[in-house]
Amino acid sequence: MLFRAGDAGVLLAGAGLVIALTVYAWGGSRGDTAVIRAAGQVIETVSLTRTQTFSVSGPLGATKIEIEPGRARVARDPSPRQLCVKQGWLTQSGQAALCLPNQVSLEIRGRISAYDSLGY
Amino acid sequence: MTRSVIELPVTADDRRIARLAALAIGLSLAEAALPSPLPGVKPGLANIVVLLVLLQYGWRAAAWVSGLRARAGGLLLGSLFAPGFWLSAAGALISLSVLALARHLPSRHFGPVSLSVLAAFGHIGGQLALAGVWFLPGAALIKLLPVFAAAALVFGTVNGVVVMRLLAAPASDRRQSAPCTLP
Repeated sequence: MLFRAGDAGVLLAGAGLVIALTVYAWGGSRGDTAVIRAAGQVIETVSLTRTQTFSVSGPLGATKIEIEPGRARVARDPSPRQLCVKQGWLTQSGQAALCLPNQVSLEIRGRISAYDSLGY
Repeated sequence: MTRSVIELPVTADDRRIARLAALAIGLSLAEAALPSPLPGVKPGLANIVVLLVLLQYGWRAAAWVSGLRARAGGLLLGSLFAPGFWLSAAGALISLSVLALARHLPSRHFGPVSLSVLAAFGHIGGQLALAGVWFLPGAALIKLLPVFAAAALVFGTVNGVVVMRLLAAPASDRRQSAPCTLP
């Protein structure tokens, strides 16, 4: 058999390279700050370090936002289609949940921001 | 008026290289007909020939076969001196350079599979480097790196196993399955 120990090493190294490239090219950067806006105005900028909740009022009622270490989500919202609630937990820098009817948005930011600005 | 006749002496080596290059070109052409999900992701079957030549006749012969394959393949596919040709040539060049170093690996520990995988990574590395510098400067290619690298790993392994099987086959078998190894 011509398959030798070094071949297994080369294959492992190749697999390692593929995995490293995948993480490098496709892995996003985790966010560390949540920015909460109502009607376009930033009303709260919190770092994702401890568990806390915020209640933001909009035209339809109160939107409840939950912050946990490393992640944040819109927990409750009066909007009819619940799109921002269904998005679930946000962790990556650049992710955002928009509750448009209630004009509330939650955006995650990290050290490197994926976009210069988001308009909506 | 005297007619001058230029005679090019043809050695047995030349004939062998021509025959092996023809085989590699044939594989390139067959492969060009295969549909590919992503331009540049190809099995690289011609590398099987290049690797066999490297292991049996040395690096110089392999470089000739690879170079002739790139040129004649480009000619036959109509891509000579088009972007695709330069990508292919850059891949072949880096791949040969990698092989020039890798063939000095101790053969007690490293078989054809190692050479094939390293050559495949060299191939895609050369192509992506040229594409990144010349055709698509910017970050666009970075997202595709894992796909190309995974393809290089898979096809490099498969080609290496094919080379391994061809080398391990008894000589009588080899004559039937791989005429390229005829002297």
